[in-house]
Amino acid sequence: MIRFERVTKRYPGGHEGLSDVSLEIRHGELLVLAGHSGAGKSTLIKLIAGLEKPTAGKVWVSGQDVDGLRPNQLPYLRRSLGLVMQEHRLLMDRTVFDNVMLPLLVTGYPPADAAKRVRVALEKVGLAQFERAMPVTLSGGEQQRAAIARAIVNRPSVLIADEPTAHLDPAYAREIAALFRSFHAAGVTILLATHDDTLFSPYGARRIELAKGKLLP
Amino acid sequence: MINLHPHRMALRQALRRLLGKPLGTLLSSLVVAIALTLPALGYVLIDNLSGLAHGMSGKPEISVFLHRNVAPTQLQAVETRLRADKRIAALRFVPRDLALKQLAARGGFADVTEVLGDNPLPDAFVLEPGSEDPELFKALATALTAMPEVEHVQLDSAWVERLHAMLQLARWSMLLLGALLGAALVIVTFNTIRLQILTQRHEIAVSLLLGVTRNYVRRPFLYFGLLQGLLGGLLAWGLVSGSLALLAPRLIALARSYNVVLDLHGADVLQIAALLIFAALLGWLGAGLSVRRHLHDRAAE
Repeated sequence: MIRFERVTKRYPGGHEGLSDVSLEIRHGELLVLAGHSGAGKSTLIKLIAGLEKPTAGKVWVSGQDVDGLRPNQLPYLRRSLGLVMQEHRLLMDRTVFDNVMLPLLVTGYPPADAAKRVRVALEKVGLAQFERAMPVTLSGGEQQRAAIARAIVNRPSVLIADEPTAHLDPAYAREIAALFRSFHAAGVTILLATHDDTLFSPYGARRIELAKGKLLP
Repeated sequence: MINLHPHRMALRQALRRLLGKPLGTLLSSLVVAIALTLPALGYVLIDNLSGLAHGMSGKPEISVFLHRNVAPTQLQAVETRLRADKRIAALRFVPRDLALKQLAARGGFADVTEVLGDNPLPDAFVLEPGSEDPELFKALATALTAMPEVEHVQLDSAWVERLHAMLQLARWSMLLLGALLGAALVIVTFNTIRLQILTQRHEIAVSLLLGVTRNYVRRPFLYFGLLQGLLGGLLAWGLVSGSLALLAPRLIALARSYNVVLDLHGADVLQIAALLIFAALLGWLGAGLSVRRHLHDRAAE
């Protein structure tokens, strides 16, 4: 489903975010990408979403060479991915409902159907009672769950999360981990980048580790 | 079939942005309006004067003054020759007595004609050439001058032609001024949209991350520029009408002092439509350039 072929990403100044990385994520898999801060986890996710271009090598997503996509094709790739970034990137001037609705509105989804989908997504992450709340009034864990609801509302086949439990206390972090487990059980391919992979080890996830941009054996 | 839903959404969003900051919208639109008013007002005034010049004499005329001692038979012969000339479209004989009466009828000359013992004016023909081709016109004038009965040939249309030329120059100057101020408007809109993009960069980044197309991001800004330009055009129309109403009595009084009847009219429907379309397109262009400039960076995604 996602394949890296000897991918290197070098930033201006010479720093290598990724160095000659090859890996494959299969359909329906739950993959935990472990590594310390600065190991290259976020770079790997950005390459999948087409937010960065590889310096060398190829990244394939659902049979498409991401770097070969034209700018007007990239949005359609991103719609097929559910992205949860490290900083949840909610729009603070809109309600939780409107934040989750955003991916559906921008893709021209009929508003009535979109509203139903938003409520289903909020139910799944346990935020149904907060749909009219502004993100700033939510706790860190609730904000992260709102971001996850936004990522799943389009029913993506792949869910990618960058440090979804960072800055959360253990109880909230376990809640989020359980949430991803439930999505995986429903057949969604999941890639989780985290520096704390112990949370996901009980769920039988495959684990790979990055260090200084290289994939550890 | 074209899906109009995204356009409706973008238009609504642009309207929300415009109405969300009424004072800012008004000020920006006023900048557009003031910049458009000067060339638009100038153009309308020139259009009025141009009509006046056309009304005076659209076609050139030649006055042919005969020697005072030309006998009636010679006069008859000259008329016959002129009427036979294919280059002359129309011919009018002005006898010297009539010319003196006309002169006396003009303000300020009555006293002068009374003190003259003898009529000093010659018989004359006023003729209209069949062609306005300058070369043929000159050739005809030369041929008339060569006639022994003719003392002087005067091209009566020269000043009208000069007025036409000046108006043409003024019209082009206004168009040039309009183009320069139009460029200024594009810059104003460019900057307004740049500031909007800066304040909404977080929302834009999130939207692009969620799979929004660039057209989707661009559209509300483009509509915003278009609407702001249109609003500026409407205000400019109001300013032009107001200025004309203010200037009209003074211009009419000035024209009357030159024995000219001036009937000032405002911008016609076509001119108003052109002004509005021009303003809206400039707004659209400024927004388009700004969006193109500030959303091209891949890192912004």
